[in-house]
Amino acid sequence: MAVASGKGGTGKTSVAVNMALSIGNVQFLDCDVEEPNAYLLLHPEISRTEPVYLPVPVINEELCDHCGKCAEFCSNNAIFVSPEKVLVFPELCYSCGGCAIICPRKAISEEQRKIGTLRLGSAGDLELVYGELEVGEPMAVPVIKEVKRQIKNDRPVILDSPPGTSCPVIETVKESDFCVLVTEPTPFGLHDLKITVQVLKHMGIPFGVVVNRAGIGDKKVYEYCKEKNIPILLEIPYQRKIAELYSRGIPFSLEMPEWKEKFQTLFNQVRKLAGK
Amino acid sequence: MKICVTAAGNTLDAPVDPRFGRTAHFMIVDSENMSFEAVSNTAGGAMSGAGIQAAQTIASKGVNVVITGNVGPNAFQALASAGIKIVVGAYGTVREVIEKYKRGELTETRAPTVGGHFGRGRGMGTGMGRGRRRQP
Repeated sequence: MAVASGKGGTGKTSVAVNMALSIGNVQFLDCDVEEPNAYLLLHPEISRTEPVYLPVPVINEELCDHCGKCAEFCSNNAIFVSPEKVLVFPELCYSCGGCAIICPRKAISEEQRKIGTLRLGSAGDLELVYGELEVGEPMAVPVIKEVKRQIKNDRPVILDSPPGTSCPVIETVKESDFCVLVTEPTPFGLHDLKITVQVLKHMGIPFGVVVNRAGIGDKKVYEYCKEKNIPILLEIPYQRKIAELYSRGIPFSLEMPEWKEKFQTLFNQVRKLAGK
Repeated sequence: MKICVTAAGNTLDAPVDPRFGRTAHFMIVDSENMSFEAVSNTAGGAMSGAGIQAAQTIASKGVNVVITGNVGPNAFQALASAGIKIVVGAYGTVREVIEKYKRGELTETRAPTVGGHFGRGRGMGTGMGRGRRRQP
């Protein structure tokens, strides 16, 4: 089950973490590798840390005759060939390996470049996996793939998605049985919700909405969901106590036990809607 | 000397396009007799590395100097490695900037003048991460 939002800061991680703690014995994947934050609420013990590498081309200048075929082939423009020198721009490389195949002089080999770190740990019966993209690296997807490679099939898996609707989000939600969309009842929340709904429809992933900070803004999110037949699975009110607990790194369902039941109900509803 | 001016049109009276990688045209002008070749920029719509691709195009034409508005870090590195001189901050028509350059009124730069993704339209965001991090 993925938790996504479109707009940032709507409460994806709050919903994902509280649901995970309420149902127990789940695998939790924080896929927001640009700014992972679930660990701030889960306080896990990290047992394993692994570097994430991407292969990038290395040019053997002694073999290269500067024919330029590699640069011509590279659709990301990660290679520049001048008459005397070849420049590689590793941060633009998608690691397709095509340049090495196409090189008539066999002058291109690959080396491993570190782009992030994978962290695995646990918090009680909950297993946490998350990735951290190196500062300045533009490509989150390979790190997200590495996080998702850790998925086990023996228990429910909750994936906390990055905001937006670009490649990292697609990579996170793809192959999910269900996606919970966390929004806030504001024009901005609605605007980005609509975009995310289009994406999920296109991907064929069933979804429902959780309205966070209910009570602020307007009624347009509710009207939109009604019109489009999108189930509203849960409303979390705009409440000082919830915000205070969050600011202290405490998932609110731990201190407000009535919420544990609500998150369990949410999960059961998701299961039913996903047909699992 | 072969001078390449980034231009919004394909004539000598076209205004300079301030973007390098995402310029509309490259006007490749022979400064001796003002004969020129207008090359439309195929890199303009590239997802990434537009400046590098543009530099590749220009390098293959045997250009000695590039005159433009701004140049990003990757394009700068690529042009410099190909031994191409870079003049930035140019404005006016293609013809005017070439005259100015010949009179020594334009100086070459030794550093990129903008960060990456400068020439992308507003609202396109910053490439790979677009649509992200929208918080109130």
